[in-house]
Amino acid sequence: MNNLLPLPVLLPLLGAGLALVLGRHPRAQRVTSSTVLLAVVLVAATLVFLTDRYGPLVLWVGAWPEPLGVALVADRLSSLMLLVSSIVTFTVLVFSMGQGVEERKRETPISIYHPTFLVLSAGVSNAFLAGDLFNLFVGFEMLLFASYVLLTLGGTGERIRAGTTYVLVSVLSSLLFLIAIACIYAACGTVNLAQLSLRLPELDPDVQLILQLVLLTVFSIKAAVFPLSAWLPDSYPTAPAPVTAVFAGLLTKVGVYAIIRTQTLLFGDSPLSGLLMWAALATMIIGILGAIAQSEIKRMLSFTLVSHIGYMIFGVSLASEAGFAGAIFYTAHHITIQTTLFLVTGLIERRGGSTSLNDLGGLAALSPVLGVLFFVPAMNLAGIPPFSGFIGKVGLLEAGVQNGGALAYALVIGGVITSLLTLYAMAKVWNRAFWRAVPESTPAGNPLVVRRRSILLPRGMVVTSAFLVLVGVGITFVAGPLYGYADRAATDMLSGLPYVQAVLPAGVR
Amino acid sequence: MSSSLTLLVVSGVLISAGVYLMMERSLTRILVGVLMAGNGVNLLFLVASGVPAGAPFIDTDRGRDISDPLPQAMVLTAIVITLGLTAFLLTMAYRSFQLHGHDEVADDVEDRQIVRLAEADLASASYDEDDKSMPSEDDSDPDPAEEGSAEQLAADQAERQQRDAAEDATDRIISGEGRPGS
Repeated sequence: MNNLLPLPVLLPLLGAGLALVLGRHPRAQRVTSSTVLLAVVLVAATLVFLTDRYGPLVLWVGAWPEPLGVALVADRLSSLMLLVSSIVTFTVLVFSMGQGVEERKRETPISIYHPTFLVLSAGVSNAFLAGDLFNLFVGFEMLLFASYVLLTLGGTGERIRAGTTYVLVSVLSSLLFLIAIACIYAACGTVNLAQLSLRLPELDPDVQLILQLVLLTVFSIKAAVFPLSAWLPDSYPTAPAPVTAVFAGLLTKVGVYAIIRTQTLLFGDSPLSGLLMWAALATMIIGILGAIAQSEIKRMLSFTLVSHIGYMIFGVSLASEAGFAGAIFYTAHHITIQTTLFLVTGLIERRGGSTSLNDLGGLAALSPVLGVLFFVPAMNLAGIPPFSGFIGKVGLLEAGVQNGGALAYALVIGGVITSLLTLYAMAKVWNRAFWRAVPESTPAGNPLVVRRRSILLPRGMVVTSAFLVLVGVGITFVAGPLYGYADRAATDMLSGLPYVQAVLPAGVR
Repeated sequence: MSSSLTLLVVSGVLISAGVYLMMERSLTRILVGVLMAGNGVNLLFLVASGVPAGAPFIDTDRGRDISDPLPQAMVLTAIVITLGLTAFLLTMAYRSFQLHGHDEVADDVEDRQIVRLAEADLASASYDEDDKSMPSEDDSDPDPAEEGSAEQLAADQAERQQRDAAEDATDRIISGEGRPGS
């Protein structure tokens, strides 16, 4: 069964090559890429089942003697992340294929989209499965390179501008990551995570602190934690809707995953809990205040994305079982919901001709389906009771109260305020874009596309968005088992033993 | 573990020079900065590999110590990644040159708009503070600064519209299929 492990990386990479060759045959290209991603979903589901039942799976690639080669590891956390992310990537790919035939023929097509998308998926899988720091770095680079291409797709002036900031910030974080790896290798003589978890605690506490700070900075840039989050709302909104959706869902979460992994496995009893709590609080509050100030839906959603990363860091900073379980559950929930919202915003743009709240209006009357598609995930994001956002937030708040410290209570209050302000931001979109009458004229002065009743949303896009909305609602129905799973994953990681025992042969350090 | 001071110093100089260059606005200078910093980091891996010794090939050591091959493998990977990155950055700089005639990193349009709004707010607040008397009613001269900012806002608005149009044109690209004119 261990041989399943490289498949989530290999399949998309092979698929990317094939899709590139098939660039002249769009139909074959579409079939290839969707089949490959569907296969990854199945593999990931199998991995979730296997790891939950039999413990972590390990594969030493290349048949080197055991502590020497590159290890791929799937434990409960990584296989859950893999499953959620592969479902989301698959759906977004199908969404982007849902455009009408007429439209495709009219516009200049490029055949690079599918291969790049598959490489992105391979990079995300590799980052989740990596058993050593350097492989994690390679995974990050794969997904970053794919994201550079996707973000600057078409090479318009605006995208080049946004892409420059994004590429430079990513390059800086990659350089820092390399420095961290070099220092860790110099100090411990290995980059394998399991070995590091045994060797790092033997180092001088000050050296440990430096290494931990560098790694945290790197992953916080990727995850857009507050002082390092300014790049995100600047660069994401310019990309095409499906690209923004998959970026928002996955890329930051890979950073969160890396933070969870290193905080538990490498730096178990960390002195930085307080620092992380402050970062979580600032991320939540400042992010959501930024969202309220925006009048562009895409920018607003980018800010809510930053703000809700704060919830996950909140869970991590508590460094308790309940905190980690909450963070894991919240990550799974948030990947789905944030992606859905960005996809629906893509639909809003098609139907209303704009994503600016100043120009939109009357969408609920014009397209009730769109109204439902937006309303459900928006309420889910804000954390209205029946939905999974509520369950995740309650879990985190309970963990905060359990901690009992003054700062933890501040975080609990901050979390509630953020949730309410998210509701306010979502209500603002709902009121202005959906409920108010169609504005007479827009500040920009262009006639509204919205008035034309003839615009129909492509069925494929509506169906795939509806599917993701349903997945988001479905998380509520499986919340019990899923939270139990997250609990078990948190227990595993806090003790660290199952991971280390599975990876290393007995007696090796 | 003993390590070479020269390597450390050179690596430090390269990284700091690279970071300094990265703070420039022109993409080509930033690119040079990225290259220098990248090479500095690569040298750091050589420091991490410890005392240099024989080449790490099978059957060439003949009982001598060999260098640690793992950091060298990592450096090779990092070099390849930097190569790809260089190509991509060069393309972006060229594209930027094609579009704007220069390769400077621009500010975010919306950010600039918000900054201008904030500046407009500040101006009116200071007016109230300094002058406690009621403004005379026949003083109907419009504030020139205000007018200027309104113009700027309009220009930003136009820029945004232009951007939206460009986005519309490229949004459909991502379906990634169908040949033009076939």
